[in-house]
Amino acid sequence: MSTEQLPEHPDFLWRNPEPKSSYDAVIVGGGGHGLATAYFLAKNHGMTNIAVLEKGWLAGGNMARNTTIIRSNYLWDESAAIYEHALKLWEILPEELEYDFLFSQRGVMNLAHTLGDVRESMRRVGANKLNGVDAEWLDPKQVKELCPILNISDNIRYPVMGATYQPRAGIAKHDHVAWAFARKCDELGVDIIQNCEVTGFVKDGNRVVGVKTNQGTINTEKVGLCAAGHSSVLAEMAGFRLPIQSHPLQALVSELHEPVHPTVVMSNHVHVYVSQAHKGELVMGAGVDSYNGYGQRGSFHVIEHQMAAAVELFPIFARAHVLRTWGGIVDTTLDASPIVGNTPVENMFVNCGWGTGGFKGTPAAGMTFAHNIATGTPHKLNKPFALERFETGALIDEHGAAAVAH
Amino acid sequence: MLLISCPNCGSRDETEFHYGGQAHVAYPENPSALNDREWAEFLFYRDNTKGAFAERWLHSTGCRQWFNMLRDTVTYEIQAVYPMGSPRPDTPGPAPESGTASTAADSTTTGTAAPKISGTSISGTSTSSTSTTAPEGATK
Repeated sequence: MSTEQLPEHPDFLWRNPEPKSSYDAVIVGGGGHGLATAYFLAKNHGMTNIAVLEKGWLAGGNMARNTTIIRSNYLWDESAAIYEHALKLWEILPEELEYDFLFSQRGVMNLAHTLGDVRESMRRVGANKLNGVDAEWLDPKQVKELCPILNISDNIRYPVMGATYQPRAGIAKHDHVAWAFARKCDELGVDIIQNCEVTGFVKDGNRVVGVKTNQGTINTEKVGLCAAGHSSVLAEMAGFRLPIQSHPLQALVSELHEPVHPTVVMSNHVHVYVSQAHKGELVMGAGVDSYNGYGQRGSFHVIEHQMAAAVELFPIFARAHVLRTWGGIVDTTLDASPIVGNTPVENMFVNCGWGTGGFKGTPAAGMTFAHNIATGTPHKLNKPFALERFETGALIDEHGAAAVAH
Repeated sequence: MLLISCPNCGSRDETEFHYGGQAHVAYPENPSALNDREWAEFLFYRDNTKGAFAERWLHSTGCRQWFNMLRDTVTYEIQAVYPMGSPRPDTPGPAPESGTASTAADSTTTGTAAPKISGTSISGTSTSSTSTTAPEGATK
């Protein structure tokens, strides 16, 4: 863990082409999910005459604002399947994309602070093992061995009663992940068009045939929406609704420190998650601000609360200074699971609702969504995450079931 | 942190309040007549407006009363505070002179001209029909 490990930033990773008048498919949103989708469309389905439209700069939204945690220890079969597939892809992507984005499998611990937590955690460990996800239960002493700076004393408000641990989980450098996908997309012929904001859609009856942008109208046979917090805005332009609420989600980093934190620690009960970035910042996040918001900022008491939780768990953080805080706009669903699949508009597909946990899902979102766009039918991994589940009642209720704080 | 003007208690920190999501969502008049799609709309679909948004708040550590608020979801500016059961104000801005909304947004609304919101109506879709006669008191 030192600055020398960071790869040099290349001068050039992708072209900045003018949009063509038509494409076989257009992906709206040039974040991790949009780029991964374009990559798998090109690589797995041979669709290279495609464009990724980004209203700002590449990967400047939630892809640049998450806390980079990657894990797959979800409770339900459907979630475990898609997130574990993502984790398996994370394990091979640095080689496949020929870009070392420093995926560090340093493990993720989910702390238990109440008897309810302990029971839920042990249940989740069991469920994970049945689904082929690496998981184990640690008692407080084992927690302390793995992460010596954690306070496991009984004299705190919510003592650590144990933790689940997923050794294969970890963190990666999110910007580098985006650049890795972008470079490969570009090599495969995908046009990445920045500063290109979608302002509407062209429809023939109920079929989408084009995208209106601030750089002109682009004809296309298929449209994939990967716009996270702005998914509802795009859906409204296209004439349908999504069961999404956009909230601010804040995170923060400290100034740089010597390596002190060897793993990733998450606590739903006192509500904070903490890791130490490769450069040395302590990276922390917690839950969303309660109100709907598109402002990419939240209220300070949320930051204060997560820092209080962090200091209780990690007494040595008391002297660390906050370097900066920021917010992203996360697209939450009521069952805390994503929506990946077809929409009421023909040839328009949506990948959204990843809420507070989209980064870890990036490769699987891209792989399944590309399959869905290319074939018109969902991949088996994203089929349960269809929009229709809100009608059929087949919800995938990860709220309070998995390690909530994504 | 938002500074919210409770109609009963005046300006208080956001931490005293609980968020209640979109306002003016009526309970179905004839629930047994709804199909699955319509139930899904009522249960899971809410407007997710970018711009002026009518929403409910509960002053949970104060008067413990619900009220409605018109707030911009981009700037977070509070544009109006008004009672449950009242229709959404057409034009946000300085609070009305009378009624329980008299303390509305006094400290959070700037003195400049009220933002125009006529173009940002709640997205026109079937179940977002914003019946202002909804029995909202039931949510108290």
